[in-house]
Amino acid sequence: MSVPLAAPDPTLQSFGQDPWWLIGGKVLAIFVFLVLTVLLSMWVERRIIGRMQLRVGPNRAGPFGLLQGLADGVKLALKEDIVPRQVDKVVFVLAPVVSAVPAFVSFIIIPFGPTVSIFGHQTPLQGTDLPVAVLLVLAMASMGAYGIVLAGWSSMSPYSLLGGLRSAAQIISYEIAMGLSFVAVFLFAGTMSTTGIVNAQADRWFAVMLLPSFLVYVVTMMGESNRIPFDLPEGEGELVGGFHTEYSSLKFAMFFLAEYINLATLSALATTLFLGGWRAPAPISTVWEGANSGWWPVLWFLAKLWLFIFFFVWLRGSLPRVRYDQLMKLGWKILMPFSLGWILLVATIRGLRNEGHDMTQVAIWAAVVIGAVLLLSIAWDLVGRGRGDGGEIVPDLDGGAAPEAAGGFPVPPLDAPHYHGVAREGADVTAHKEVASGSH
Amino acid sequence: MKVSTQETVRTVGIGAGAKELATEDMTLNIGPQHPSTHGVLRLRLTLDGERISRAEPIVGYMHRGAEKLFEVRDYRQLIVLANRHDWLSAFANELGVVLAVERMLGMEVPERAVWLRTLLAELNRVLNHLMFLGSYPLEVGAMTPIFYSFQEREQLQRVMEEISGGRIHYMFNRVGGLKEEPPAGWTDRARRAVGEVRGRMGRISDLIMGNEIFRARTRGVGVLSPEQIRQYGVSGPIARASGVDFDLRRDEPYLAYSELDVRVVTRTEGDCLARFECLLDQVHASLDLADACLDRLAELPPGPINQRLPKVLKVPEGHTYAWTENPLGINGYYLVSRGEKTPWRMKLRSASYNNVQVLTELLPGNLVADMIAILGSMFFVVGDIDK
Repeated sequence: MSVPLAAPDPTLQSFGQDPWWLIGGKVLAIFVFLVLTVLLSMWVERRIIGRMQLRVGPNRAGPFGLLQGLADGVKLALKEDIVPRQVDKVVFVLAPVVSAVPAFVSFIIIPFGPTVSIFGHQTPLQGTDLPVAVLLVLAMASMGAYGIVLAGWSSMSPYSLLGGLRSAAQIISYEIAMGLSFVAVFLFAGTMSTTGIVNAQADRWFAVMLLPSFLVYVVTMMGESNRIPFDLPEGEGELVGGFHTEYSSLKFAMFFLAEYINLATLSALATTLFLGGWRAPAPISTVWEGANSGWWPVLWFLAKLWLFIFFFVWLRGSLPRVRYDQLMKLGWKILMPFSLGWILLVATIRGLRNEGHDMTQVAIWAAVVIGAVLLLSIAWDLVGRGRGDGGEIVPDLDGGAAPEAAGGFPVPPLDAPHYHGVAREGADVTAHKEVASGSH
Repeated sequence: MKVSTQETVRTVGIGAGAKELATEDMTLNIGPQHPSTHGVLRLRLTLDGERISRAEPIVGYMHRGAEKLFEVRDYRQLIVLANRHDWLSAFANELGVVLAVERMLGMEVPERAVWLRTLLAELNRVLNHLMFLGSYPLEVGAMTPIFYSFQEREQLQRVMEEISGGRIHYMFNRVGGLKEEPPAGWTDRARRAVGEVRGRMGRISDLIMGNEIFRARTRGVGVLSPEQIRQYGVSGPIARASGVDFDLRRDEPYLAYSELDVRVVTRTEGDCLARFECLLDQVHASLDLADACLDRLAELPPGPINQRLPKVLKVPEGHTYAWTENPLGINGYYLVSRGEKTPWRMKLRSASYNNVQVLTELLPGNLVADMIAILGSMFFVVGDIDK
């Protein structure tokens, strides 16, 4: 790895020395970047999925349909803003804001590049950095979950409620697994600041060194983003629109915006933590000395970011939705124990190496231990397969009374001995009840 | 747990949902406007958390009084009306009516018409199944297969359109035969279309059948026992997926099926996956039948395609029951005539109506997400339920 010639790589100390106009400029640039990314990723997503599905995708608004996102945004803004009568108005209005704002905030700690010169000021291409920068992202993701939960809660509709509840459970469980997948990165980088993490990957990306962590992150990333295959909170076929069923116009647009910004944030975080951030991929940086200095790294960063976004889109085009309990099972029973075990292993290896043990010995023993654990878990699985789940609700199957003379028509008796269908009790049959307006 | 239909105010406190606390079941109306009901089927679910404790299909939102309208249509107009209730199998619906009327009239249908009818009925079956092969993955969240299945549908629809002029409601059957001769060269194009569809069917199954998530969501979910099938009169691919080996094309052949080697596709598992597999496999079986019909059509000597009918078509007094193996199940017409221009009564037995009734027994105990998987795998058309 070459040492950058122009300026040293930024560290935590490089921040907090910018003049006010530069800070303002950076924040504005990140904001604009995010909005543009959202507009563009919507177009990219629809075009790519279009290609995957034997159709064209949007190609009318602007060149190649590039302005489709903008057109959709304008359309959404001009739509009637419906606030259903019975909703909790304050929370209903607040929820989309709570959802969208944190999405913007997390991007402030994403490093776009090394130190560059802007109007004579040497400054890192990054909003800011904190000693606990990555935790900020997790915290903001949790804040975003509030938006979804509150939206579901305040809408006063069963679909929204179920969507909001699902989302709460999903984000909580996947955030734990996601946090755990970061731990190994923190152990290796020795810091939680994103600049520090990018610097620690100067030699080798963490995606290579910590492959299991990376894989866990990719799975949890999909869980966090509420997208297929984990888009249960808004599972269209089941919950109509889930938490945003009752939303329209700009409020809906805010959720939409938040979803796509989260997509970008998660991709950017993956790039930063596992794919070396703005650092040029291996063949380029070995051949070309200047690849990691100046403004070029922005290009590498964007390339990696869009690669991830493409990956998201690809999944959306190919996978069905998992079921809610399967999602939970994956999160709690597979991802989390796996992450914990992996962290234990990483910490042990780090500890042993720090004490100067022979690494090959350590590696062999680690492989033996992993193999044993795998075997045990498979054995456990095989033994456990025989046991049923139990606790299922058994439908009430007592035979019902015969309907009174059904208007004189000869109908077969429903209580004949062979019939074991579900009983229909007079008071509980909807046909006898006038169907009122409203949901129920 | 008894559920009252009275409106109640829901209050959910901290820790609600634990068994010791008094919890209240939630009533959720799926439909009449809901994306998973393909129209206006309404399900009244009682939920305990996300688990369904009670389900009641409420039908009739799309009731158009078809049976009553039959009574004021003459036997030519009848066909237009009869092909509408199940809009995915229009040709098969027309068949039931004309078979019943022809039987009452004692009318012989020209051999070429019989074979062409068989061919078109099979193509219609493929069209219908392709629709569900696309829409079912869509319901469990995979949105790509439907575009592939629609490409194949388009291929076949073009063939159907060329011969009949219609893409959905073909109106190609007539009492005594078919409307007209197929256009010159049509059989070749039909054969090519059948071949192309067969060649590309692999793409659809590759997209979805091997998918771990899809299998996890459908395997062992919504299992129907053969006993339930028989009790509720469930028929068609759903029944065959539970091992009820019953297919009118083989067991009580009509049209030219008695001369064809009809492969009846069955499974024994009775779950959503088995129903989907049945549908997929049946497409292949139907394409084979279509090819066999095309072969036979090529050998047949030229002859008429329909019968000359009197200006006023009156059916002699009496009654008959004609049933056909529609794509979705058994379709039956009970025709009662008093010698008038119009039927005195025509009772329609549609497959979907019987098939969805079993949901009352099938859904309780499942999760809401499973409800979608089950509902989708019942392969119904709302018009066919509500008539």
